[in-house]
Amino acid sequence: MSKKNEKYESTLWYRLKYWVNGEEEDGIVEKETDKYEAHLKRVSVEDRVYRAFSEIPNDGEEERAHYEELRKELLELSKRYETWPEKRGVKIFNRIYQVAAVILCVFIIGILLVTVSYLPEFGNKDNPSNNEVSERYIEKGLEETGATNIVTGMILDYRAFDTLGESHVLFIGACAVLILLRVDQVKKENTTKEEIEEANTEEIYEKDEDTILKKVAFFLVPTIMLFGIYVILNGHLSPGGGFSGGAIIGAGLILYLNAFGYKKIQRFFTYKTFSRISIVSLLCYACTKGYSFYTGANHLESIVPLGTPGAILSGGFILLLNICVGMVVACTMYAFYTLFRKGGM
Amino acid sequence: MTPFVYGLLTFLLACAIAVSLSKDLLNSIIIFMSYSLIMSMIWILLESPDLAITEAAVGAGITSVLFFVTLRKIHALKEEEYEQEE
Repeated sequence: MSKKNEKYESTLWYRLKYWVNGEEEDGIVEKETDKYEAHLKRVSVEDRVYRAFSEIPNDGEEERAHYEELRKELLELSKRYETWPEKRGVKIFNRIYQVAAVILCVFIIGILLVTVSYLPEFGNKDNPSNNEVSERYIEKGLEETGATNIVTGMILDYRAFDTLGESHVLFIGACAVLILLRVDQVKKENTTKEEIEEANTEEIYEKDEDTILKKVAFFLVPTIMLFGIYVILNGHLSPGGGFSGGAIIGAGLILYLNAFGYKKIQRFFTYKTFSRISIVSLLCYACTKGYSFYTGANHLESIVPLGTPGAILSGGFILLLNICVGMVVACTMYAFYTLFRKGGM
Repeated sequence: MTPFVYGLLTFLLACAIAVSLSKDLLNSIIIFMSYSLIMSMIWILLESPDLAITEAAVGAGITSVLFFVTLRKIHALKEEEYEQEE
């Protein structure tokens, strides 16, 4: 038995747990603001103050005093939380935001243009990318990366930083789709007729149990998953790699969803799993390749032994990076599908 | 080998033209799928199996599934709706 920490709600771990889960922080948020927001949802401040006035019963002085107190409290609250931010704060923030965005864009454009001026002329036959780079990849690729599949060696060792950017692009794409298409769970109470009809049609499609699809999926889904895992794990030995394997697994998840419905897939794959898996694998990728920043952006000398080429545990970090990319891609593909289809996972 | 490659290339061209000419959106998506499949075969013949796997999984699989879902969202699959009403 472990000791029960009485101040558990104020510990760092508790806050971290709530932050990761994204739930409402019951124990941390000030109760005052909570109450105020609950009020704000129903009526505007002036309305409420007016109502507090009109609802004063003539029952006695004690109750009247009580209501007076309440009214003062509400007015104070409204002054504290509404007047400044609503009148000026938002405007100032918007102005600062616009100016900062423009400055940041101009700054990045300037840096990129300056960098371009240092690059060799495009299409010149003496450029290093036309001679030395490809020569080195082909001649020394196996020796330096330890990957039999030279393409994966290039993608995940010489150019691992580019691949990190690519997986981030996918993640940001999923985030953008989430922002645009996600159906707000809170607003479900006052849905319009169209939305209800849409939900009903979804249910009709769901209830339509296609026996052929189910039987085929019963045999196909495990095979597809196994093939995807095989492609990811053997990315450095045979054709394939993180991206293609992840896409195959994502397609398998979509097939499973179509055949067996949301309820079954939600037993092991929800929005939480999606966010956790993709964030953990992106972090893992960034940490494993981030050290090259500190060694002068030259990650040719790997800390991890390369092993014998051809064995599954070889090629330094390539296997781990492949798994990370594959997880991100699989999650993103599935997320795209569910978001397009019903706006949530 | 060469006649096979020429056949694939002509089919690829035919698919690419047919996608833009077909008036039914559902048909054009299915043609686009076959375009991706032919393209993945051509990738294998060009000795880049990595690209072939990716093209088959993403181009033929997931892209077209996303297109289908979008078509249903914008109510472009009319025949299905008629069947529902009946």
